[in-house]
Amino acid sequence: MGAFDHAAMRDHVRFLLGDDLVRIASCDPTRTLLDWLRDERGLRGTKEGCAEGDCGACTVAVGRLDRAAVRYDPVCACIRLLPTLDGTHVVAIEHLSGGRGPHPVQDATVRHGGSQCGFCTPGFMMALACLAAADPAPDAAAIDDAVAGNLCRCTGYRPIADAAAESCRGGVPLWPEDIGPRLAALAGEAAFAVGEGGRRFLAPGDLATLRGLLAAEPEAVLLGGGTDLGLRVTKDLARPETVIWLGGIPDLARVEERADAVVIGAGVTIAALRRALGRLHPQVDELLRRFGGAQVRAVGTLGGSLGTASPIGDLAPLLIALGATLTLDGPDGPRTLPVEDFFTGYRATALRAGEIVAAASVPRPGGDALHVSKVSKRFDEDISTLCGAFRLARDGEGRVVAARLAFGGMAAVPRRAPAAEAALLGRPFDEDAADRAAAALRDDFAPLDDWRGSARYRLLVAGNLVRRFALEEAGGVATRVAGPLAGAASHA
Amino acid sequence: MLERTPALPPAGRLGTPHPHDSAQRHVTGEARFIDDGPDPAGLAHAYLGLSDHAHARILALDLDAVRSAPGVLCVLAADDIPGVNDVSPTAGKHDDPVFATGTTRFHGQPLFCVVAETRDAARRAARLAAIRYEELPPAIDIAAARAAGTGFVTEGLTLARGDVGAALAAAPRRLAGRMSVGGQDHFYLETQIALALPGEGDEVTVLSSTQHPTEVQHMVARVLDLPFAAVTVEVRRMGGGFGGKETQGNLFAVVAALAARRLGRAVKIRPDRDDDMRATGKRHDMEIAYAVGFDGSGRILAVDATYAARCGASADLSGPVTDRALFHCDNAYFYPAMRATSEPWRTNTVSNTAFRGFGGPQGMLGAERLIEEVAFATGLDPLDVRKANFYGPGRDETPYGQRVTDGIAPRLVAALEARCAYRARRDEIRAFNAGSRVVKRGLALTPVKFGISFTATLYNQAGALVHLYTDGSVALNHGGTEMGQGLLVKVAQVVATAFGLPLDRVRTAPTSTGKVPNTSATAASSGSDLNGMAALEACRTLKGRLAAFAAERWGLAPDAIAFEADGVRLGERTMPLAELAGEAYAARIPLSATGFHRTPTIHWDRTSGKGHPFHYFAHGAACSEVAVDTLTGEYRVERVDILHDVGRSLNPTIDRGQVEGGFVQGMGWLTTEELWWDGAGRLRTHAPATYKIPVASDRPRIFNVDFFDGENEEPTIGRSKAVGEPPLMLAISVLHALSDAIASVAGHRTCPRLDAPATPERVLFAIERLRGAAP
Repeated sequence: MGAFDHAAMRDHVRFLLGDDLVRIASCDPTRTLLDWLRDERGLRGTKEGCAEGDCGACTVAVGRLDRAAVRYDPVCACIRLLPTLDGTHVVAIEHLSGGRGPHPVQDATVRHGGSQCGFCTPGFMMALACLAAADPAPDAAAIDDAVAGNLCRCTGYRPIADAAAESCRGGVPLWPEDIGPRLAALAGEAAFAVGEGGRRFLAPGDLATLRGLLAAEPEAVLLGGGTDLGLRVTKDLARPETVIWLGGIPDLARVEERADAVVIGAGVTIAALRRALGRLHPQVDELLRRFGGAQVRAVGTLGGSLGTASPIGDLAPLLIALGATLTLDGPDGPRTLPVEDFFTGYRATALRAGEIVAAASVPRPGGDALHVSKVSKRFDEDISTLCGAFRLARDGEGRVVAARLAFGGMAAVPRRAPAAEAALLGRPFDEDAADRAAAALRDDFAPLDDWRGSARYRLLVAGNLVRRFALEEAGGVATRVAGPLAGAASHA
Repeated sequence: MLERTPALPPAGRLGTPHPHDSAQRHVTGEARFIDDGPDPAGLAHAYLGLSDHAHARILALDLDAVRSAPGVLCVLAADDIPGVNDVSPTAGKHDDPVFATGTTRFHGQPLFCVVAETRDAARRAARLAAIRYEELPPAIDIAAARAAGTGFVTEGLTLARGDVGAALAAAPRRLAGRMSVGGQDHFYLETQIALALPGEGDEVTVLSSTQHPTEVQHMVARVLDLPFAAVTVEVRRMGGGFGGKETQGNLFAVVAALAARRLGRAVKIRPDRDDDMRATGKRHDMEIAYAVGFDGSGRILAVDATYAARCGASADLSGPVTDRALFHCDNAYFYPAMRATSEPWRTNTVSNTAFRGFGGPQGMLGAERLIEEVAFATGLDPLDVRKANFYGPGRDETPYGQRVTDGIAPRLVAALEARCAYRARRDEIRAFNAGSRVVKRGLALTPVKFGISFTATLYNQAGALVHLYTDGSVALNHGGTEMGQGLLVKVAQVVATAFGLPLDRVRTAPTSTGKVPNTSATAASSGSDLNGMAALEACRTLKGRLAAFAAERWGLAPDAIAFEADGVRLGERTMPLAELAGEAYAARIPLSATGFHRTPTIHWDRTSGKGHPFHYFAHGAACSEVAVDTLTGEYRVERVDILHDVGRSLNPTIDRGQVEGGFVQGMGWLTTEELWWDGAGRLRTHAPATYKIPVASDRPRIFNVDFFDGENEEPTIGRSKAVGEPPLMLAISVLHALSDAIASVAGHRTCPRLDAPATPERVLFAIERLRGAAP
């Protein structure tokens, strides 16, 4: 056990493309779905706008069996590596109307004047077709959210949103027939290995095999959702010899709801993670809603978000504030450590050779006060200038007995603010306390100037987020202008 | 004889709403862009090698490793150019090399290109160049250019009236200030692209994503040393242009053509998004310095302003762009005495270029800042200051001598003021702000007056070629290009209406220099004005021939013949156009005609700074309301009301799209879109991950758009007005609404002097400044 026997593995990738069963035996491990669609299949309705998963022009729908039903997610084909489509149903714009009559959103978009230059339009159609299949009655916010990962430079979006509001109603199936049985026929035998010219894409089907692989292939690149590796492929022209994909390991994709904690596997997507953690607090849900666009949330994973150790990733501050612990799995077996100890330096982690992030255990905050704020140049689908996640425990007198103030974007790693936390202890959490904590942040952080924000701005806002927390705890003051939390005076 | 049925206006008639001609193909993915093929046999792919330094001497350009990389077919640099190594659109400048030699003048400047069997191979090979540089000090921004004395890329302009120094001195009140206005990347969704097909002999055909096929033709001919007639340039559609493909496509088309002629194979070139953003020009950022004299009633008496522009490494279109900034430094206001000067600074950044509004938006921002300053200084509502300064009887002459006599701005603004309940909402917002600690609201209503025409008079001409076939269908050619703005459907509507045909009987051919020669760029909002009239002229010629033929054949009086929706009326009977075309063909009547149009009445003398450069003015006004979070500087546009003057709309669906899309694009420019260069002159916001154009949730929550009821006084096509650029400037209201919200933290006593783009950071710092904290 634990050995990855290439000869015994399935030696090809198979998935459904529209109506067709596709079987690919020889495959460049870093071939993108977009290049394959356009150059090998001649399907050129799917466009390349940025090749980094930020404009949505390349959006296709990817269907997966989710229990009994098929769930379609919008996916950016430009950074999606082809072998990761194994076992799925890929629907590109040509398949949306090909021979079956147009999808209602296509007709409505024509009627409302929702296209001008037309380059972004196929991507919008696919994103909205996914919405129409998933949500029988999307409101305006849901529509905006569904296309937050799609850029249009011509229309100003109003006619697209109107077309969606009119047509994405009543549950419009993305595919006219139930493709479930055909997908079910592809299931089982999850592990596979494909490659080309000596370069390999390895997809182990269980943790034991993965452990063996990691030991045998120390140079291999680990792939979760690919929103980071995809960029290295399209922008840095990276050509790793061996890619190990974690997407075929069911153990990593589990969400386990315990009484005191939620345990989330490293392969759980941000979208699934949002479903699990968003219930903890509306601000947690809002942070995760603003995590990329729908295309990124559909594929990006917990393990990828933490493993790449970005100083501006939004998941880490949240997990640090909640006091989450990570389970790392490797040759010496599993071990755990607090998330805050995972990041050891800029883009560096505590992972040892052959180790992976296996899961995060996220304690439920119980009666503690929680606050989460993300600040970015653009409200939706932007990377944080800074992100603050705070948790306070108070005694019966209202005095703070434990404080966790975690920030992203303030240092080389996402981390806590010990001086500011100390300033809060032992007294009620009010505006005075917040002012003291804000002042103490100058001892905690010396942030950078960059294109997302100056050091001065970051420091000022970091303090103001603590003040925002105090105002929200006191209640009666509206503190946010955008998103679903806007307008309402908290606790009022 | 059949009873005549009353003719309903067929769908697509001029003036009726109709979707974009390609809408159906857009939504199904069938609309083909250049990258979508079908690919010609043997297609090779070119990729550019770009400079790593903003300013450096190139000591050695060693391309051996590039040449020997897998799949590489050839490598081309300056020495491989048979003609002139220059794609400058400005006569006599010769400052835009295809491939830099000697010195690199901006980070991302093309140095060579590699052509390979695949795009991936070409891209990988391009990174293998071994280049030795000797770094020189770069002048990245205007301040550095001033300090280094880099000089101007082209001659500046001064517009003046009266003795501004004396008028400022005599004014009861005066103040001075500065404003920074950021640039803007076009972020067309389709990056630059060209595909060149070698023909027989020295001929070459280039499919180019360009707004200016004729200029591409000229550039290819110049660089390849060919006669214009050997080069054909064709454009089916662009995936967005916005000015970014007026001159910036030249280099890509030229490189594709050069490689295609060298290899005898078809060659395509498409830069990655990041390279497109590094290597192509953007909207000019400007530094505006101003002094204004005024009286206690808010009347402006004198204005002295300097518009310094970061032009980048070459002239490109910076001359006319900075000229247009001055043409719009008055916006809709009369300055009794004034002087405005442009300073087109040379910097070591990519050469800035045309972008929707073409300097006009920057000019207008300066005007609106003056209004705001005067409002804060006098304590008047900014809208009242605006009204006090509108052009009107006795005060109707612009600084460049053209009169503003249409009287639209005051009427339009008054109508919008009433419609959006400006006064009542201002009071409500003041009350709201008094009770809201963190969230502050702001409101502003700003007008737009935008001059329509190319200021270079010669460009105000257009040609069309219309073929009538014997089945009654029409093939339409004109020099305008389609970038999403709906030009093709509008001109097709002109032709369909002229012949009484359903719109689907008119097919517009791809724009080709081989069909209609010597065209102007589709730019300056002039596409429909010029090409619509040229197409109408061609239709008139054809209809005249058909009518003369019919009159003679059936012995009819000329006024008994009319082209109507159900056919051609010939006295008492009606004949389908197809039948008449067949009869005319049989009688050997030519069924193809050209049309030509030149804009009347315009002239401009740059030396004297006087003339009548614009055919007319397009007007509009917008009222924006925002909510600002004073803890973070984040904000949201809550409501926008727009009243815009399109004359008689040729197609309300298309025009509304231009108004809304232009507004949101302008809002992006003034809010979240920030071009950020580091000290070494590297653009660090060069992809959508870092350069943030608006997304769906950024659009105004409430977005009311209406057209001003009126028609163009000038005899334009259908009495319409140009709509491409003017709506972008409606977004100035968002900047001023943000400023209004910021001002509330200090009792509206201090002008926030909010610069653009008003990122959350700039908004928060303005708030801090007003609160008196050290920012």
